[in-house]
Amino acid sequence: MAFEGLASRLADTFKKLRGRGKLSEKDISEGLREVRLALLEADVNFKVVKEFIGNVRARCLDAEVMESLTPAQQVVKIVHQELISLLGGKTHPLDISGPPPAVIALYGLQGSGKTTAAGKLALQLKKGGRKVLLVSCDVYRPAAQKQLEVVAEMAGVSFFTLSDKVSPEVIAKKGVEKAIESACNVVILDTAGRLQIDDEMMDEAQRINQASSPRERLLVVDAMTGQEACQVAQEFDRVVDITGVILTKLDSDARGGAALSIAKVTGKPIKFASLGEKLDDFQVFHPDRMASRILGMGDVLTLIEKAEAAFDQEKAAEMEEKLRRKQFTLEDFMEQMKEVKKMGSFGDLLRMIPGFARAQVDLDVDPKELARVEAIINSMTPEERQNPDIISGSRRRRIARGSGTTVQDVNRLLKQFYQARKMLFQMSGPDKRFGRLRFF
Amino acid sequence: MSLFQKLKQGLAKTSANIRSKIQSIFQPGALTDEFLDELEAVLIQADVGVEATTALIDSLREESRGKSFERVEDLYRAMAEKVAEIFATVDAPLQVADQGPTVYAMVGVNGSGKTTTIAKLAHRYTSQNKKVILAAADTFRAAAGDQLDVWARRTGADLVRHSHGSDPGAVAFDAARAAIARKADLLLVDTAGRLHTKKNLMEELKKIIRVISREIPGAPHEVLLVIDGTTGQNGLIQARVFAEAVPITGLCITKLDGSSKGGIAVAIAGELGIPVKLVGVGEQASDLRDFDARGFAYSLFGFDDSGY
Ligand SMILES: Nc1nc2c(ncn2[C@@H]2O[C@H](COP(=O)(O)OP(=O)(O)O)[C@@H](O)[C@H]2O)c(=O)[nH]1
Ligand SMILES: [Mg+2]
Repeated sequence: MAFEGLASRLADTFKKLRGRGKLSEKDISEGLREVRLALLEADVNFKVVKEFIGNVRARCLDAEVMESLTPAQQVVKIVHQELISLLGGKTHPLDISGPPPAVIALYGLQGSGKTTAAGKLALQLKKGGRKVLLVSCDVYRPAAQKQLEVVAEMAGVSFFTLSDKVSPEVIAKKGVEKAIESACNVVILDTAGRLQIDDEMMDEAQRINQASSPRERLLVVDAMTGQEACQVAQEFDRVVDITGVILTKLDSDARGGAALSIAKVTGKPIKFASLGEKLDDFQVFHPDRMASRILGMGDVLTLIEKAEAAFDQEKAAEMEEKLRRKQFTLEDFMEQMKEVKKMGSFGDLLRMIPGFARAQVDLDVDPKELARVEAIINSMTPEERQNPDIISGSRRRRIARGSGTTVQDVNRLLKQFYQARKMLFQMSGPDKRFGRLRFF
Repeated sequence: MSLFQKLKQGLAKTSANIRSKIQSIFQPGALTDEFLDELEAVLIQADVGVEATTALIDSLREESRGKSFERVEDLYRAMAEKVAEIFATVDAPLQVADQGPTVYAMVGVNGSGKTTTIAKLAHRYTSQNKKVILAAADTFRAAAGDQLDVWARRTGADLVRHSHGSDPGAVAFDAARAAIARKADLLLVDTAGRLHTKKNLMEELKKIIRVISREIPGAPHEVLLVIDGTTGQNGLIQARVFAEAVPITGLCITKLDGSSKGGIAVAIAGELGIPVKLVGVGEQASDLRDFDARGFAYSLFGFDDSGY
């Protein structure tokens, strides 16, 4: 199973082989077979895998690995490092230097997520202080222009297109002119989805390039893409000379091996990761995280970052302080539930980890449940909220009546509260590493 | 252009490579490991996946023990027939209601081709003078309703839609009522793209399907999971999770006019027993085909099934 991750699988393999002291070359080959499987299951292209394994074999045959007490970890480390370096090593910023407006063109197959990515990129650049114009050059798909128009409005940036009778390259050109006129310093061109084997449409992409001289030509690729990612990327690169890649739908549990295939065959960096349907679910691409994900070790860092971003830092600090002083009231409890609800999709986040998609993790707070809790707590006196121990039977009946709930509901809430409090006091010990995540 | 012409066109380049490679290592006689490795490479590169590929190769090795092969084509035939058999065992035609409207719902991840497939089905049935209603239950994606509206007008189907952001269950409800009241032959329900990892969206999907079955007994007659033909191994997880949430009756594999071969369908049919019912081969309303198991199987190897 994918979610065991490569690390534990390798550990198993080597455990079987050990006991004879030093590992042999054959043992390493056994281990590399597991690596090969993991990469193929992650959709890394067959040929890319072959070459990759050839390259890491040499490093794994190093005496250090073969004599190591922890060969599995050594191999994982080597594979991980090699993956990172293939994926571009560091993060790669967008190049929007030079005389304005900087033009960014998005290309890709049908349904890869270009329009949404255009909106996300626009919002990010706008937050960075740029004045962005979104231009729709998709005159084919019904309502594609309308879709970008709505997206532009959501992102709060300008929008431009012409009738769907006008050719895409003309729209691109007029779009750039429009940007100059209206003092926009970035133009993002959304283009129609096209197959890399469709010569006519690929010619059109080239014409859009010629008409608008985009400084960035980004290929938008679905993270769930399989073996053909190589062919697709290679051909787009050949025709429009891509400057980078946006990897989309990373909020799925796909391992995303296509990223490696593309990086390998084009040598172009992956610049952004798109991970959600909301316009701000957009990040700079991190090769190290992607490497872990491809190996089935989960994109845990992204997860923690997202959780933290959703979490109100100030309130969290306040809460930590309270916990240290062993204070946790019903009001705090309600605050916590609200925070969790805000993170709401935390369960969704967790399910991004390969293998967790089907896990029965129930981290989501039911909005109805939250409403009930709120009603109950609101029906309490301030004193009761601060000091729940005084809530007697008759008080419970009063609270139930006041909040339109039942005494059972009140009892359940109090029970949950006491459990949470116990758990939190236990967990707020000296180890603060997971301080912000401990509520889950 | 026929499906196979289209498929062949897309495959021309790759299949030429595969063929010459295999041809060059083929020696008449028993199956060699070298040859099986090459077959394995072909299947994996078609997105069939390691597990399904290994199962297929093992079973071919078993069956061909003691047999000798004269021509390289015989080997392909043996393998392709194996793949075709996987589909044949789960095959089922599109279901039609005994009486009242037939209802098909399209589900799947974002951008897989649900709306376009609805348009293609609408085209198919309005061309047969059937009364078709489209339900725009994707109330989430920007301009999704407008996209379906364009298709409704182009194909001559009716459209039931609510405003952006409204409850998709309510759209399904109104559309089901409309289908009965207007005596429609077919109701096609478009749904928003959703990743199978989003629990709340999967719940929403369940609700849409529940509403339909409550309003029209026996409906939906098909819940089709639309999968992009370029999808890799995640397709199997998608199918599994969607099928756990709603009763998936079949797959529609889209974008087979591209260079991908859609091999993940082999794994899905083999492991989950879900048949493929439709195939998308382009962006126009007429670019829809019924699934042909043998043709599909042979195309994985770059051949059409009439070739030999
Ligand atoms: N080449 C090709 N493109 C397709 C096919 N089916 C859908 N598309 C395109 O894929 C994109 C997404 O399709 P759409 O129906 O909007 O996907 P949805 O989000 O699942 O509803 C659009 O650009 C369609 O034109 C197909 O069979 N072949
Ligand atoms: Mg749609």
